[in-house]
Amino acid sequence: MVSRVRWVNATLLIGVVVVTLYPFFNIVARSFSAEKYIVSGQVNLWPKGFNLTTYQIVMSDPVFWINYRNTVVYTVVATAISMVVTTCYAYVLSKPHLRGRKVLIGVAVFTMFFSGGLIPQYVLISNLGLTNTIWSIVLPNAISVFNLLVMKTFFEGLPRELEEAAAIDGMNTYGILAKIVLPLSKAVLATMVLFYAVSFWNSWFPAFLYLDKIEMFPVTIYLRNLIAGATGAESAGANPDVHSEIMQVASNIQAVTIILTILPILMIYPFVQRFFVSGVMLGAVKG
Amino acid sequence: MTLSTAAPPAGPAEKAPARGRPGRRPIRRAFLRDWQLYTLAIVPLAFFVIFRYAPMIGNIIAFRRFQPGGSMFGGTWVGLRYFEMFLADPTFWRVFTNTVIIGLLSTVVCFPLPIVLALMLNEVRNHAFKRFVQSVSYLPHFLSTVVVAAIVMQLLTVDGPVNQLLSFTGGPPVAFLQEADLFRTIYVSSEVWQTVGWGTIIYLAALTTIDEQLYESAKIDGAGRLRQIWHVTLPGIRPTIITLLVLNIGTFMAVGFEKILLLYNPATYPTADVISTYLYRLGVVSGNFSYATAIGLFEAVIGLVMVFGANLLSRRTVGASLW
Repeated sequence: MVSRVRWVNATLLIGVVVVTLYPFFNIVARSFSAEKYIVSGQVNLWPKGFNLTTYQIVMSDPVFWINYRNTVVYTVVATAISMVVTTCYAYVLSKPHLRGRKVLIGVAVFTMFFSGGLIPQYVLISNLGLTNTIWSIVLPNAISVFNLLVMKTFFEGLPRELEEAAAIDGMNTYGILAKIVLPLSKAVLATMVLFYAVSFWNSWFPAFLYLDKIEMFPVTIYLRNLIAGATGAESAGANPDVHSEIMQVASNIQAVTIILTILPILMIYPFVQRFFVSGVMLGAVKG
Repeated sequence: MTLSTAAPPAGPAEKAPARGRPGRRPIRRAFLRDWQLYTLAIVPLAFFVIFRYAPMIGNIIAFRRFQPGGSMFGGTWVGLRYFEMFLADPTFWRVFTNTVIIGLLSTVVCFPLPIVLALMLNEVRNHAFKRFVQSVSYLPHFLSTVVVAAIVMQLLTVDGPVNQLLSFTGGPPVAFLQEADLFRTIYVSSEVWQTVGWGTIIYLAALTTIDEQLYESAKIDGAGRLRQIWHVTLPGIRPTIITLLVLNIGTFMAVGFEKILLLYNPATYPTADVISTYLYRLGVVSGNFSYATAIGLFEAVIGLVMVFGANLLSRRTVGASLW
């Protein structure tokens, strides 16, 4: 009886794995397949008419590389700024004796439950003149309150004695943070860097809202424009033949662009996954 | 998200020592002692004030006639005009209904599944297999919404695998994303694919805290594996389930705006268009800033009330609270 339950359970879990991975394998198969086999619905898990032409087409598009480079630049700059700002605030919030600490926490936590909304935010960014600059991507999302609370929880768990000893030795707050606290926090810092980096790498909507120059787009917008062109009803032109041809090319190229976009994440994923999990655990514990 | 699963002891215990403190330190003394800490808070506070609180104040454009390109605080007062306008707007009520339906569907489907998957993973004795399933199921969580939308489109194209499957049954190919009737199913399915694995993490953590002795005594009482799950495991993670449920109910109106924006099109507006996509088109695309802001403010206030309401309800009934 027990062993039968166990077998059913294992089978179902294998089913979960198959369903989760199937779309990836399908996209990979499409990316290597010849157009005519995709169009006739013959490509499923294995490439048909194997070729690398689609990869060459995408990779020889200079815009693709410009956009890819933009994604790297935005991710690096945004992550760096986010880390500095988040670390500073989390450290402040982790000091139980600090006067006004509850207010400072409240300022952050309230924004989790109430936001100014899309339009006022949009008007603000335009008013500040940030439109079409990297800052429209970087600054409005500099602090994730979730990450902030994870870091605060971590700092609160550090032994107080080391900091107190350093303070008695005459070290100031900045020195204590930089030389005592941060070296003890490498694990949480790594987790936070990954959280921020993945979210900025994947982000597209701020870029979609605030950037309208092709040479500034991140690669997510490059992909969005591909799929919007391929499916949106707005692209349904008068000439059906031309339209269907555009769709097929895009469908092929989409697969390649998807793979090139997620490749960096797939490559680091096996090594960093445990950091993400530990981050979620920290966040789940009441600070 | 901070989740307190044992709120009753935490609440009073935190306050007790504060009351017992012999008089609060004067503000001046506190500042002289901690001014360096306060300086570290300046830039983050500036961030919150500029990018979070200023837009909240910017909602006053919902009560003013705002000119595109104008200042956030410009325009003339029109009172509740825009609110009256959208309350009389049939499109608004359509997108409102869609938001509620999609929100409810997502919650009803996406909330229980991680619990089920966590329970299934918990039964696995082979650690390598368990870790493999976990790693695979977390993966979709790390993909950009654009990538998920692109994958959904690839799977559902006329030449895609779903239509290949259909052709075995002899049916004609279906342009899934053009069918209004299918949009919600597609949306919720993709949500499940993306979130079910990641959602297990918190439950798996909660499962490790259950006392092994409870299982032993259940076994002695003659309970099989399934009865043990029902009488030991589920009660063990009940506080976690309730806390997450509160959070989910509170935020159910915040549907996956980005994904809908990528997946919908005029053919599926009747079922797919939600408040946030509607106000995006009204405001950003058509330039009706004040009108769109009024709708956005309405939605945000409902969201806030729902979070507080759900939290109050759970505190009263089961003693679990988010803060």
